[in-house]
Amino acid sequence: MCLALPARVVALRGADSALIDLGGVRKEVSIALVPEVQVGDYVIVHVGYAIGTLDVEEAEATLALFAALPAGITS
Amino acid sequence: MKYIDEFRDRALARRIADNIACEVDSSRSYAFMEFCGGHTHAIARYGVTDLLPDNVRMIHGPGCPVCVLPIGRIDMALHLALDRQVILCTYGDVMRVPASQGMSLIRAKARGADIRMVYSPSDALQIARANPGREVVFLAIGFETTTPPTALAILQAARVGLKNFSLLCCHVLTPAAIAHLLEAPQASQYGTVSIDGFVGPAHVSIVIGSRPYEGFANHHRKPVVIAGFEPLDVMQSILMLVRQVNTGRAEVENEFTRAVCRDGNRRAQDLTAQVLEVRDAFEWRGLGEVPKSALKVRSAYAGFDAERRFDLGYEAVADHKQCECGAILRGVKKPTDCKLFGSVCTPDNPMGSCMVSSEGSCAAHYSYGRFRDIAVVAA
Repeated sequence: MCLALPARVVALRGADSALIDLGGVRKEVSIALVPEVQVGDYVIVHVGYAIGTLDVEEAEATLALFAALPAGITS
Repeated sequence: MKYIDEFRDRALARRIADNIACEVDSSRSYAFMEFCGGHTHAIARYGVTDLLPDNVRMIHGPGCPVCVLPIGRIDMALHLALDRQVILCTYGDVMRVPASQGMSLIRAKARGADIRMVYSPSDALQIARANPGREVVFLAIGFETTTPPTALAILQAARVGLKNFSLLCCHVLTPAAIAHLLEAPQASQYGTVSIDGFVGPAHVSIVIGSRPYEGFANHHRKPVVIAGFEPLDVMQSILMLVRQVNTGRAEVENEFTRAVCRDGNRRAQDLTAQVLEVRDAFEWRGLGEVPKSALKVRSAYAGFDAERRFDLGYEAVADHKQCECGAILRGVKKPTDCKLFGSVCTPDNPMGSCMVSSEGSCAAHYSYGRFRDIAVVAA
């Protein structure tokens, strides 16, 4: 039910609306909850509304964290 | 897809699994509750359980809005659709939730009721605009993730002066449910389960932030790690919980930093608060009446409140006698402990709500996990 996916903003369409791209699928969604977003930003889309933004640097930092080696083991 | 596929990487999953295996204390066991159905679904779908040591157990929580919606609320919607002839709009997940007397919204639709599945509250608004001669009611369910779009729909309806649109508001609140699980377990007829920590909500936390969980960590001494809904997110959060338990910490940590901050989406919170306010109490399937755990329409927007507009009252209705959803939603029982599981109760013909949504414990186990229970025998 809380399913939401990160999608890239392709164009702003005025009046709280933006065109997003999700793996090649394009759709117009509301950005009334995140009015500050710009073209190129990633937003989290749920039931046709962007509910938040995705911080690209934090995403990379988290991926780096996953790759950490087990404690006491060095490569 | 960018920022999705990377978080499902097999080699990285193995790496995190190795880290968990290295760090668990073999002299003890760990029981963590993932509150959200989204996590339950990810754990079942990606086989996360198979990557965890035997002494780490995941308990599925009540964070599936379809699963916790009581029969009485669906009955209210059925009454509107069948007896009051409204156009009832709702999310697809709700259509097959069992209601009284073997009914469900999808069965009512088959009997001719005008019930429409929508993807978004804005679709329901569009239906109201296109049918000015009909009453259109949006049966709104969901946790804090789904609530701000509902609030925006009401604000928009008010702005354009829509007269035939109203809301049957069944939005529920996550922190109240977690508090209930921690504070009133002994009051439950279902018994209790010991929980060492919580995998905290992903998308709910985008809206409300990480701050609301700080009380659970401080007062109840339970670690909370907010995690994204992808399998690597869940695994990393389990590792973080193991570390907290091993070092005696009980803090709110955030694995989902790419989308969640401490304060959440303030704008979404403010817009929601303009339209909706907290109810004194709300019945949850499995948890019973939980104080201050749901939202209703503010009196300033009374014209958009279906409960006022159609003078609806709520009547509690008991679940199917043999259905174990109540105990399963509290983490006290597993889907396979239920006599109905996989026999009369299947995703095609659900008897209980945990079998309805793909995020429900029973449906997730039926779809992805049930063959794990069968021993492999050489032919």
